[in-house]
Amino acid sequence: MSPVLAGVLQLLALMVALALAYRPLGDYMARVYSSPRHLRAEKWIYRVIGADPAIEMRWPAYLRGVLAFSVIGVLFLYLLQRVQGGLPGSLGFASIDPDQAFNTAASFVSNTNWQSYYGEQAMGHVVQTGGLAVQNFLSAAVGMAVAVALVRGFARSRTGELGNFWSDLVRGTVRILLPISVIGALVLVACGAIQNFAGIHEVGQFTGGSQQWNGGAVASQEVIKELGTNGGGYFNANAAHPFENPNGISNLFEIFLILLIPFAMTRTFGRMVGSLRQGYAILVAMLTIWLGFTALMMWTEFHHGGPAFEIAGGALEGKETRFGIGGSSIFAVATTLTSTGAVNSFLSSYTGFGGGIALLGMQLGEIAPGGVGSGLYGMLIMAVIAVFIAGLMVGRTPEYLGKKIGGRQIKFAACYILITPALVLCFTAVAMALPTPGHSMTNSGPHGFSEILYAYTSGANNNGSAFAGLNADTQWFNTTIGLAMLLGRFVPMVFVLALAGSLAEQRPVPETAGTLRTEKPLFSGVLVGTIVIVAGLTYFPALALGPLAEGLAS
Amino acid sequence: MNGMTSMNSSARNTARLLGAGARALLVLTVLCGVLYPLAVTGVAQGLFPHQANGSEVKEAGKVVGSSLIGQRYDLPLKKGQETPAPDLKWFQPRPSNGLGSNTVNTQYKLILSGATNRAGDNEELIQWVKDAKAAVVKDNSTPGYRVPASAVPPDAVTSSGSGLDPDISPAYARLQVHRVAERNHLPVQRVEKLVEDHTQQRVLGFVGEPRVNVLALNVALRELVG
Repeated sequence: MSPVLAGVLQLLALMVALALAYRPLGDYMARVYSSPRHLRAEKWIYRVIGADPAIEMRWPAYLRGVLAFSVIGVLFLYLLQRVQGGLPGSLGFASIDPDQAFNTAASFVSNTNWQSYYGEQAMGHVVQTGGLAVQNFLSAAVGMAVAVALVRGFARSRTGELGNFWSDLVRGTVRILLPISVIGALVLVACGAIQNFAGIHEVGQFTGGSQQWNGGAVASQEVIKELGTNGGGYFNANAAHPFENPNGISNLFEIFLILLIPFAMTRTFGRMVGSLRQGYAILVAMLTIWLGFTALMMWTEFHHGGPAFEIAGGALEGKETRFGIGGSSIFAVATTLTSTGAVNSFLSSYTGFGGGIALLGMQLGEIAPGGVGSGLYGMLIMAVIAVFIAGLMVGRTPEYLGKKIGGRQIKFAACYILITPALVLCFTAVAMALPTPGHSMTNSGPHGFSEILYAYTSGANNNGSAFAGLNADTQWFNTTIGLAMLLGRFVPMVFVLALAGSLAEQRPVPETAGTLRTEKPLFSGVLVGTIVIVAGLTYFPALALGPLAEGLAS
Repeated sequence: MNGMTSMNSSARNTARLLGAGARALLVLTVLCGVLYPLAVTGVAQGLFPHQANGSEVKEAGKVVGSSLIGQRYDLPLKKGQETPAPDLKWFQPRPSNGLGSNTVNTQYKLILSGATNRAGDNEELIQWVKDAKAAVVKDNSTPGYRVPASAVPPDAVTSSGSGLDPDISPAYARLQVHRVAERNHLPVQRVEKLVEDHTQQRVLGFVGEPRVNVLALNVALRELVG
């Protein structure tokens, strides 16, 4: 069988698996966020928090909950790294410097998992398992909570109430993320991912002597890293490391975990707004972009343009033998079209166009299918924009899901789509204009520029993958990327929740013959067009200087 | 006066909210950062102890590595050499130019996994690939068998993502057969058979890529040579 055909069959197998999980998981998540009942463990947790899960919150209160919890998360993770040197169970590893500790704390709480450190030499058991992996759960649960609040904004009328943040946070963690993680971690261990607390130990070698290995709770962190679309690896090589991703089966399983919740949330959305077909329309838009990007990525990587790859006879630099071009390309698209940023192969050594596809995937706003929660709310914002544009074309007041999209709603949506590009382009421009940040580049020319554009794109979009030739462990990059991650995560959430609040207050408008049918395939097409045009107009000049210049030269 | 009161009460509200956030983080950390990893470790150690502890490979009762972690098969470093020469008696793995050693916590000697991150038009990468290709041709050509440059597969001249790739392609393994047979005074057919026996096909015919585990192959080779 040719590698291309094997790659296509892997993609098909993945789609079948996702399709099988779509209905049960999507419906289950809708029940989780709608059920009036609390589990006994949850009641106990609410008592510790001191929160009444029955209290309905309006959007400012919901937002305050999100922000307070996240501020505490950043502070705690920062302090944990700063005192690592004195903590037991930390392998005697030294404390992390302030700028890197800030960057890492911002990174994991914002669901980005950008890493300017090397996991195997810097982070001990306590920080990895008790700090970083915990935020892998909690930042994902926060994203899902905000998405559910927006869905309630569409579903509810004549109220400003969006649910209870603490309840959504706890339920997402306890009922969705934890049970899937327990099963998934064991699947990964069965494949060969390690799960022990052996610390650093000597292991014999074939030619004599020995080498030092890190032991750790790798599988339990790996599974939530993918499931929560986080992406921060236990080891520097991330999911290319054989202890994180041992074989072809684990590779396909990890891609499945990345895409599982983001796709299924469109079903949850459809359930909660009372029209499954509205969810399918969103799903179709996501699927179209995801499949298109995957096909393009496979094409350019199998085609292997670029001098070094032509001499080698294939674009295998930075790719593992057990995954090959197919398994690497599918992973690379899944990770950059969601907010994951895990890698099983190194994007800096992809072809010029391949690196550009990864970059553009993030620049679309990570909505196909996007991060857990953030993918759905990002896509719904784009749907609001699409409805607005379509409304302008036919000269009617736009409506979506029975809610009027007026000036106030459009302002929130427009602010949402402006904030991330503003962060990316401003930070990139300043870094290029200053004399020193450029010293961090490994490659020169267009690819060097791409390294910096990629870094801020990845940070502000909360992806976390890298053109890792960039030496990002400098005060400049630690600080500015840290800021880009926090602003790129929480400022958009403000607009999402404000929009949700304004929608929940409205009276539903009755459907008429002139209402745009947003559950039809035509709307999915308009949505995809809107996404491509908005991202294209924003980023084309920057892309032309980087990956397009590199790709066209080869 | 009024302003003062509302400022006080808003500060109190903020403090109360941050307190709730801190307690939530604490209880969820116990759940996701202590109970969950311990439970998974317990079950994993019970059900899959071999995998959970690193898939170690033993030879005559002695651990010689992991079936998942690539190793170098080099000659001892000679005086004046910066990098050791490959021991051509053994099957050779892929290059690992992105591998590093630890720069902090230097009480340990850790391997830092990683890739070269060089782009396709990077001069250094172009040179590495050219040099690797020339070396593969030279090392694997024997008096009776000349390796054509066009027969060198891409995995033989490129570094993997982790630098710890345990596998090579079947094509690269087959290419090394004549050299390995010559160096170990074995018939070529015998070594060919060895490679064939250690070639893993795609799972279910389409998942992953065909590959040969270098450590398993060399362990079997050493057994054959005695």
